[in-house]
Amino acid sequence: MAAVKATPKAEVTIKKDWCKGCGICVHYCPKGVLAMSENLKAEVKNPEECTGCGNCEIYCPDFAVSLRRIQ
Amino acid sequence: MSQVKTKLMQGNEACAAGALAAGVCFFAGYPITPSTEIAEQMALHLPRVGGKFIQMEDEIGAMAAVIGASIAGAKALTATSGPGFSLKQENLGYAALTEIPCVVVDVQRLGPSTGNPTAPSQGDVMQARWGTHGDHPIVAFSPSSVKEAFELTVKAVNVSEKYRTPVVLLLDEIVGHMRENVSLPDKVEVVERMKPANRENYLPYKLDQEVTPLIPFGEGEYYHITGLFHDESGFPNLVPELVTKKMDRLMAKINNHKDDLIITDEYALEDAEVVVFTYGASSRSARRAVKEARAQGLRVGMLRTATIWPFPEEKVKAVAEQAKAIVVPEMNMGQLIYEVERVAKGEADVVGVNRYNGEIITPEEILQKVKGLMNGATN
Amino acid sequence: MLQINVENLRMQKLPHIWCPGCGNGIALSALTRAIDKLGYDHDEVAIVSGIGCSSRSPGYLNFNTLHTTHGRAIAFATGLKIFKPKMKVFIVTGDGDCTAIGGNHFIHAARRNIDLNVILFNNNIYGMTGGQASPMTPFGRTATTAPYGTVERNFDIMELAKAAGATFCGRATAAHPRLIESLIVKAAQNKGFSVVEAMLPCPIGFGRRNKLGGPVEMMKYLEENSVRVQKAQKMSEEELKGKFVIGEFYNKPAPEYIEEYDKIIAKLKK
Repeated sequence: MAAVKATPKAEVTIKKDWCKGCGICVHYCPKGVLAMSENLKAEVKNPEECTGCGNCEIYCPDFAVSLRRIQ
Repeated sequence: MSQVKTKLMQGNEACAAGALAAGVCFFAGYPITPSTEIAEQMALHLPRVGGKFIQMEDEIGAMAAVIGASIAGAKALTATSGPGFSLKQENLGYAALTEIPCVVVDVQRLGPSTGNPTAPSQGDVMQARWGTHGDHPIVAFSPSSVKEAFELTVKAVNVSEKYRTPVVLLLDEIVGHMRENVSLPDKVEVVERMKPANRENYLPYKLDQEVTPLIPFGEGEYYHITGLFHDESGFPNLVPELVTKKMDRLMAKINNHKDDLIITDEYALEDAEVVVFTYGASSRSARRAVKEARAQGLRVGMLRTATIWPFPEEKVKAVAEQAKAIVVPEMNMGQLIYEVERVAKGEADVVGVNRYNGEIITPEEILQKVKGLMNGATN
Repeated sequence: MLQINVENLRMQKLPHIWCPGCGNGIALSALTRAIDKLGYDHDEVAIVSGIGCSSRSPGYLNFNTLHTTHGRAIAFATGLKIFKPKMKVFIVTGDGDCTAIGGNHFIHAARRNIDLNVILFNNNIYGMTGGQASPMTPFGRTATTAPYGTVERNFDIMELAKAAGATFCGRATAAHPRLIESLIVKAAQNKGFSVVEAMLPCPIGFGRRNKLGGPVEMMKYLEENSVRVQKAQKMSEEELKGKFVIGEFYNKPAPEYIEEYDKIIAKLKK
């Protein structure tokens, strides 16, 4: 039986062109939604875990992460 | 212009009166001899007309505050003397590049360094031209009387607004502290800051026009101002082709309007074999010397300039072609004489009369030099 | 974006020039959110800066923006604010810009209690010129101009501002972006000279030379060594060694320069 997946509260998108790969958003995401990709940029790995806390958006020094509330 | 008020006043007072007449409503300064009376006058009068005065912590800050106020829409002026003028140079360059109207009054005193704070000098004419780093346009006037201190302050404010440029007003300790009975007009011609005809897609630095109207901050168009080289929108852009265009336009907006900027007067010039080229307080002695020479039957004339920068090249060239010698009295070791020599191109002998010890140049010294030249001696 | 009003940014000028992991962007983001919370019109806001990494901030902000000369932002802003008091003026300045070359303007603006808001981006180093020591490089830390460690003591800008007469002082770090934001809001609400210090990581110019790790390690360092001002009051000097005290330090009204000057104008009118 598959585990019951949490309903994500928000959708995270990353502007790859603006991301400089500092890793700060990954560090401050409490749920491991974000991870560093092989090309050293942030990527959304576990979107369903997002609680919409907003850390990634306000900690990103490059305005590269944005959140959209899921109704 | 109706002449109403006749008053015994000091050159520095007349300068402050001129600033107020021209609509200056912001002054930032720092006390320094022999310019301090200008700040004192502004502190007294500005709040009475709803204007603002601030004594800043130094001359650098005063220059910065003046530019900041001008960006907010004020006609703004600061006054200082040699050491303070040196401190203002970096921000003067900022105003030149960013094209912010403002006026800097420098009441020249003997330098270098602290020198002699209460003695006159004309030692800052080259600092006015080249004091800030890099090429840049500059306008500088130098009055030789109390009345002219008033008139040229008005002119300086008007020119700064019309051409969006810093303007330097070079008084000297004599003109600044001398008292004369003067009749001042109750109204003067005032140039108001240009307003753009069309606000759509406002660009503060259009390349295809000499001067773009400057919309003050807080009046509907928010944009960027930087001391970096910039494009038409005001944002940093260091592309060499763009920098060339900006610099060419900066110089052209002054150089194309020399007729509007250059003020000279002539005395007994028509048949003169020797011409005294003069400016500022020294021209008072020069006038007396020329008068005396004429009384002695000598063909001597005088060309006085009230505009130091841009330099009155055409006038000096004409004089060089006419006369066999040009005498340049200056209270320095010879500064503007280099410009005279450059323009004369050997057409006439160019000889200085110089004082650089805090004493004024007397009419006798000039007359002696003139007589020597009439007798064929060049030095 | 959910928390950042993109209208406050000049999106066409982004991405910015700063290095990966530079804390300037975190403070800049906090500033945009604070201005949004304050509900100011774009046209009544002026952002004034000097020279340095942080001083490039105004270019990215969609307001009246003024990038001036090194150290002089506060002096330019003084003229601007005095002549047009309706403007809400924020000065973005770095530790070198504000406390070295601009130190005199800083203390005098504080003394006047003129209604300006200084947002001091403190990254402990001259970043733009490549990592030289500033007056806020901590004692003993290395820099290109202090290769054996600086023997100069660093400023505590909260103490300096307060002593000089500032009426609002607060400090936060990049690890506390919501605190930076709320301090900026309070600074703007204070009618007087306000100072918000944002301690920010400079992983390239400062962290690397001082072996402080990458961006994340530097953020952790700021987080782990920060102590709230309320808690710090109960700690001994010994316990506070190496810690950064954060929060609201001082908030006490005093006569404001422009209001006092305007009283004179009003009196003379009568």
